[in-house]
Amino acid sequence: MELTTFWFILIGVLWTGYFVLEGFDFGVGLLLPVLGGRRLSRDAADAEKRRRVLLNTIGPVWDGNEVWVITAAGATFAAFPNWYATMFSGFYLPLLLVLVALIVRNLGFDYRHKRPEAQWKARWDLAIFWGSLVPAFVWGLLLTNIVRGVPIDADMEFTGDVLSLLDPTALLGGLAFTALFVTHGAIFLALKTDGPVRAQARTVAAVAGVAAAGLAVALLAVLGSAHGKPVTWVTSGAAALALVTALAANRVGREGRAFIGTAAAIGLTVATYFVMLFPDVMPSTSNPAWSLTTENAASTEYTLTVMTWVAVVFTPVVLLYQGWTYWVFRKRLTTRHIPDDVAPATPAGDATGVTGPVRT
Amino acid sequence: MDATDLARWQFGITTVYHFLFVPITIGLSAIVAGFHTAWVRTHNPEWLRLTRFFGKLFTINFALGLVTGLVQEFQFGMNWSSYSRFVGDIFGAPLAVEALLAFFLESTFLGLWIFGWGRIPERLHAATMWVVHVGTLLSAYFILSANSFMQNPVGFRFNAETGRAELTDFVAILLNKVQLVTFPHVILSAYLVGGAVVMGVALQLMRREWLRCSEIHDEDAGGAADVPMYRRAARLGAVVTLVAGMGVAASGDVQGKIMTEVQPMKMAAAEALYESVPAGEGAPFSVLTIGSLDGERARPLIEVPNLLSFLATGSFDGAVKGINDLKAEYAQTYGTAGMAELADPSTGYVPNIPTTYWMFRLMIGLGMAASAVALVVLWATRRGRTPTGRWLLWLAVAAPVLPLLGNSAGWVFTEVGRQPWVVFGLMTTASGVSPGVSLGEVVTSMTVFTLLYGALAVVEVKLLLRTVRQGAAPFEQPVDPAEQDEDAPLAFAY
Ligand code: HDD
Ligand code: HEM
Ligand code: HEM
Repeated sequence: MELTTFWFILIGVLWTGYFVLEGFDFGVGLLLPVLGGRRLSRDAADAEKRRRVLLNTIGPVWDGNEVWVITAAGATFAAFPNWYATMFSGFYLPLLLVLVALIVRNLGFDYRHKRPEAQWKARWDLAIFWGSLVPAFVWGLLLTNIVRGVPIDADMEFTGDVLSLLDPTALLGGLAFTALFVTHGAIFLALKTDGPVRAQARTVAAVAGVAAAGLAVALLAVLGSAHGKPVTWVTSGAAALALVTALAANRVGREGRAFIGTAAAIGLTVATYFVMLFPDVMPSTSNPAWSLTTENAASTEYTLTVMTWVAVVFTPVVLLYQGWTYWVFRKRLTTRHIPDDVAPATPAGDATGVTGPVRT
Repeated sequence: MDATDLARWQFGITTVYHFLFVPITIGLSAIVAGFHTAWVRTHNPEWLRLTRFFGKLFTINFALGLVTGLVQEFQFGMNWSSYSRFVGDIFGAPLAVEALLAFFLESTFLGLWIFGWGRIPERLHAATMWVVHVGTLLSAYFILSANSFMQNPVGFRFNAETGRAELTDFVAILLNKVQLVTFPHVILSAYLVGGAVVMGVALQLMRREWLRCSEIHDEDAGGAADVPMYRRAARLGAVVTLVAGMGVAASGDVQGKIMTEVQPMKMAAAEALYESVPAGEGAPFSVLTIGSLDGERARPLIEVPNLLSFLATGSFDGAVKGINDLKAEYAQTYGTAGMAELADPSTGYVPNIPTTYWMFRLMIGLGMAASAVALVVLWATRRGRTPTGRWLLWLAVAAPVLPLLGNSAGWVFTEVGRQPWVVFGLMTTASGVSPGVSLGEVVTSMTVFTLLYGALAVVEVKLLLRTVRQGAAPFEQPVDPAEQDEDAPLAFAY
């Protein structure tokens, strides 16, 4: 296989890893006001505990999940500098929006629990919700635009504007990705929690799953009719099948299988996108001759060889230790596991148990 | 002001901002890992309390380092697409490797450390923080080798056909001689910062606990028990600061010589030295200067004879080239064809002199001042003494702020001193900017980043101060993961 093809696949794999992993983080963030909202909870205190259950299912792993997109961006820069340059400068404002969203969302995870005030928490909850919604939607929008093609001139510069990105198919892409992530997140929660949250997460997954299936099928059909190849019909079909299997497994309470199903549905959707693209990486709608391809966007043979060695040696290591963290934190969480916000009073007889003037 | 100027400002501001958190992350991760290891070894409750307390400060800081780093990763493509196309073959590799080797390690193991209480065995738990630290070092290594390439391009050839620079030797990139001096200098200045943070925070708490207990005249019961703990942490921080400070000066000295070799203009600019000083005369180093620094009316107030010669060449009377000669030399070497900004005789090849001149002095001065604070602290706390004067508060605040500003100054010096080049001798900054990004877009992003970063600074500082005010939480015996009750509340949860 050509090295350029290998790197094209690898970047596809990185995006797949990103959407499969961060996809459920996004879903959890989006479900915060639903599963952690007042309607499903006994009272405000219960709602707060439930929100903390949701956040703690992803607490130890969301940062590692996010590094997949940093690596995808870095790998695109290294292997296809022209792709990186055109895409990131062309999608300037949408990416700015993604950055802002990721920033407030990440800080939400880290800072929310650092103060007990309800208002403080409520603000970060908003940050987490919007910070999950925006990237989920915008990534779907942008990737769909890439497959559809965007105006690119002979110098590989993007010549469109933001409005040109808001095309109906691309908007459908944004919606479909968002719905897929909500479903994936709900199933992840069903897998990682217990008690009422688990049961309700399954119900949510069933509802969101139907919407996701409808949107995804519509999206893949529209894209396939314009850019499809024989294989992409197979992968699209497999994606739909995986999603349906996931929903069936969810119905009968096989949460592990359901999770594998939604993960596969997302992975196959991304695979479909990449196969539709190949051998272009960013087709130009201005003139097909100006499209960025795996050849004209790529780095030199030497760079690709060096990078291949690095990737072949270290990717398995990363997978191993990331897998290990999921194992370490495999326990299902319930509201019982959530410690009270204000630390209990100092136990008597503790030699060094001295309290400062201000404590939490 | 055009799109290029704004893009430069944006890059400078966001990078300097990122680099406020980076040195704290690098330095503090090592110290927290040290505290944690000390706890595992001795089971002295104080170490655990310090681990948890500084660990909390660490995570607050890390969060911002992370999100601002994310911006950096996207920014090359967003604002510097021509640059990215030109050097992507070379520059992309260290960035990708950094993500794969360093960021995965840091983020995954930090997750393990934060949530690991009561869930993983204690030795392994302490080890996870060391892994985080190794991750920060790897991260620094790769990003700095990318930067060193910009300072001193090696291991590449220029391909006239494609019009871009191509990698020929990846090892040369990693072992660039600029990189080999930059890495120790940066890491040591990060340790300097880490030590100073611990010193400053612990001093302030030591004083507060002491005052509180003497107020209630109860030295045994109240927080008096905490005074020795904070005192010990303050002294430890001071030792780290001092040792790192000496290392920073030593490595900086070597760096100066390499810099003079590869970018003589930067050294001349650092001193605002217009006329060359021949060998045998010895160029002085001015500590303070008034006047305009344009070669006309500068009047050094304090001068150390022969020091500049020493910094630049290692010999007290070595020759140092001045800006005027270098301008002619550079014009000969690099030509001016096609690069409008180089053709202007008054600014071509010459970086902004007042900035380089003052930033160089600020870097050294502020950083060394932190070491001086460390000396004072060690002296004042010698042989069991516990100083409690008000002056201590000032030192406590100054300790972390001084070296942080020193670091920023050092970077502004380094990056501004390289101008007008973005990749030295190969590409000018102005030609690296994204051609398709409009002024309006950059204005938007600049406004958004400024407002957002400003707000985040307020949130972060408040949170840090609040956490410091709370002090180290009381000791709680950690639960052995083997005996953890399935239904018990988590030892740590969001
Ligand atoms: C607080 C921290 C601190 C302190 C006390 C010093 N430095 Fe520094 N210096 C840095 C923090 C720093 C830095 C921010 O980390 C830089 C920016 C780029 C780099 O490599 O390190 C830097 C850059 C830098 C450079 C520019 C390298 C280049 O552009 O190629 C030189 C020549 C020195 N330093 C020399 C010194 C000397 C001779 C010092 C003292 C006695 C000194 N530094 C103290
Ligand atoms: C964290 C430490 C760093 C700081 C504080 C810093 C700071 C700056 C500043 C202040 C400028 C603006 C100079 C000017 O416009 O006159 C600049 C320029 C630049 N730096 Fe750095 N820099 C750092 C590290 C890096 C690294 C590691 C890289 C590359 C990986 C890098 C890449 C660039 C680029 C591409 C520019 C071009 C824009 C310009 O010159 O305006 N910088 N940097
Ligand atoms: C201008 C170029 C830079 C880029 C593209 C960049 C990129 C990033 C990114 C994406 C992160 C987040 C990682 C995560 O998710 O865990 C990060 C954090 C970090 N960066 Fe940078 N960075 C730059 C400058 C620097 C420099 C010059 C250094 C070191 C000398 C550095 C050291 C670190 C470290 C240690 C972290 C760990 C997280 C933290 O600081 O809180 N970075 N950087």
